[in-house]
Amino acid sequence: MEGPVQVSTSVDLLYSETEDQLRAAVRDVLTDHCTAAAVLDRIESDEPHDRELWKTLAAEMGLAGLLVPEKLGGQGATHREAAVVLEELGRAVAPVPYLSSAVVATELLLGCPAERPQVAAQIGELASGRLVGALAVPFATAPHAPYARVRRSADGLLHGTVTAVADAAAADLLYVATDDALYALSADQDGVTVTPRTSLDLTRPLADITLDGARGGEPVSEDPDTAVRRALRAGAALLASEQLGLADWCLTETVAYTRDRHQFNRAVGSFQALKHRLAELWLETVNARAAARNAADALATASPEIPLAAALAQAYCAPVAVHAAEEALQLHGGIGMTWEHPVHLYLKRAKADAIGYGSAGRHREALAELMDLRAP
Amino acid sequence: MTLDDSQLQGRTREFLAAHPPASTPRADFLAARFDAGLAWVHYPEGLGGLGLPRAQQAVVDAELEAAGAPDNDPRRIGIGLGMAAPTVLAYGTEEQKRRWLRPLWLGEEVWCQLFSEPGAGSDLAALGTRAVRDGDTWVVNGQKVWTSNAHNARWAILIARTDPDQPKHRGITYFVCDMTDPGVEVRPLRQITGEAEFNEVFLSDVRIPDAHRLGEVGEGWRVAQTTLMNERVAIGGMRLPREGGMIGPVVTAWRERPELRTHDLHQELLKLWVETEVARLTGERLRQQLVAGHPGPEGSGMKLGFARLNQRVSGLELELLGEDGLLYEDWTMTRPDIVDFTGRDAGYRYLRAKGNSIEGGTSEVLLNIVAERVLGLPSEPRTDKDVAWKDLSR
Repeated sequence: MEGPVQVSTSVDLLYSETEDQLRAAVRDVLTDHCTAAAVLDRIESDEPHDRELWKTLAAEMGLAGLLVPEKLGGQGATHREAAVVLEELGRAVAPVPYLSSAVVATELLLGCPAERPQVAAQIGELASGRLVGALAVPFATAPHAPYARVRRSADGLLHGTVTAVADAAAADLLYVATDDALYALSADQDGVTVTPRTSLDLTRPLADITLDGARGGEPVSEDPDTAVRRALRAGAALLASEQLGLADWCLTETVAYTRDRHQFNRAVGSFQALKHRLAELWLETVNARAAARNAADALATASPEIPLAAALAQAYCAPVAVHAAEEALQLHGGIGMTWEHPVHLYLKRAKADAIGYGSAGRHREALAELMDLRAP
Repeated sequence: MTLDDSQLQGRTREFLAAHPPASTPRADFLAARFDAGLAWVHYPEGLGGLGLPRAQQAVVDAELEAAGAPDNDPRRIGIGLGMAAPTVLAYGTEEQKRRWLRPLWLGEEVWCQLFSEPGAGSDLAALGTRAVRDGDTWVVNGQKVWTSNAHNARWAILIARTDPDQPKHRGITYFVCDMTDPGVEVRPLRQITGEAEFNEVFLSDVRIPDAHRLGEVGEGWRVAQTTLMNERVAIGGMRLPREGGMIGPVVTAWRERPELRTHDLHQELLKLWVETEVARLTGERLRQQLVAGHPGPEGSGMKLGFARLNQRVSGLELELLGEDGLLYEDWTMTRPDIVDFTGRDAGYRYLRAKGNSIEGGTSEVLLNIVAERVLGLPSEPRTDKDVAWKDLSR
């Protein structure tokens, strides 16, 4: 019996020259403005998000508008380019709301009726980087799972709490779903409270959102499902590129360290016990790259395989990033356990990412459904 | 020569018009294809090619396939095509290339590989088969093992020790051995599947003319690297559709026989499905890199992943099948000409896959190669490198 989904043969899994140039430009900025020491200093400050860096990346370089067509104020690029940006942001564990705002919130709005003036206006604001948007669902929400909704009371005001929303504290616009509509709220309007939580990953901080009689105004959509599913699916698919970047940094850094670090009168990287572990990690990152590129290309080409490609990428890349960070910590030995060394930033980001937009197990459940490989 | 894809396509169509596959005998068609330079376009003109980039072979193959042209049965002559030919091309004299490449590609002469020995597996450079010079010929004595197709082969690529006083990598020379020499004895080597896909080859005073040497005396190790790299590409590089290969029969059984399903197998199946599909994409990405002219180091890892997945998937399959997994199709000793890892029943797949992490370089050795050549990690301290071969412990 044939599987139910046909294989597309036109997938482009490579990086174009333009994408390579984009990567180089982003890496230059991050090398100068997002050092590990700077990230470590920032995460315990009152302002964990790096607004200056966001301004540079989002507004000056135009990266927040990659997914937005030019006529709506964006760059008219594709998810392939956004994925390259995310790889680099992952390599730097950069504390900027790129995935939340430039991917998830932007995709959400692109899934709303574009003829509504407020939808087009908000797309433009997010694309320019002037405003940051956040979809008010828990970061752990998988694309195919039930998601958080708030209640609209008889007087038309919104009530409810959504917990553990990624980058909510940095957001200017919060998007909340009710059963039959999607609303854009201003983070500072009456009846909206955003309470930062102490997050495992301090580079993508979470916050709870409480609505206590907030005015919703005109909804941005009456079909919240379509917009929210699209947003979460793009988030999950492109999170794989961030995970690839995290894994790549961990591998590169650990290889360099084990070549340099001497014990027993040899570089510790000359011991087979360590070499094999690093070679295994390299194999995993090679595979993760194929899975992540496949997901980005599926989104970019609006392939019918987006649900499959997104689930596959998360099911594979999420554990790879965690494994890479765990290996990096172990193979760095004692220094890897210190706050001073940045490897813990990668471990925390990787572990949080493994839960973000659904765990690998949730995505395997989605695959079981898509591929007709049912549970007993 | 340079031809763009459409020019090459045109040339192939002209060839097909002059030699219609339907009315041309297979052997004549293949010979004409070789002589037209359409056998392997990246080979030089006059040797079956046109000196074009390797990637352009796909243009020719697509035309030939569309026209229903016969092929040279590449699986029957895989060692010749995949290992002997690139080595002859890289190191052979003009005369050697003219003598060997044409009948090799046409399948008129089957090749085998005499490398591994009972005492030299992973440490192949420690091999002990001796070749001693006697005027214009070499006299060879020793034992080789794991030789597929030795019983059908006309020629063998052979590495032998020509200078035991040199350190092991430096005293080896590469030859082409005539398998019809009376000193060559081939015995089947039965393996755990019951069949004998491979042979042991005993060499007793086999005489090889010096004109059948590939590369310089003492340079055989370097020559052999060409052969071995091509072997690993061949083993890891098969192109499969989604759910092709080992996972295919497992997902079919899963879908068609719900009574076999258990929760733990479901979790394992989904994990392996993911890994299989991602490995397929990695292979596809590697091919795209090759076509774009930027081969990455990713190829070094393909065989490792392929071996591991085959073993895990076939292990899962046996367990899934339950009672049927307790049975085995046939233990009779047979000698297959073509090895199909997935062609028989689940028990065969499980057993045959055990060889995937040993043949063509064990997974442990390949991990060292990735660590040292791709990642640049230092090698283990070596105690054998500068010691004369004759003084090594064995």
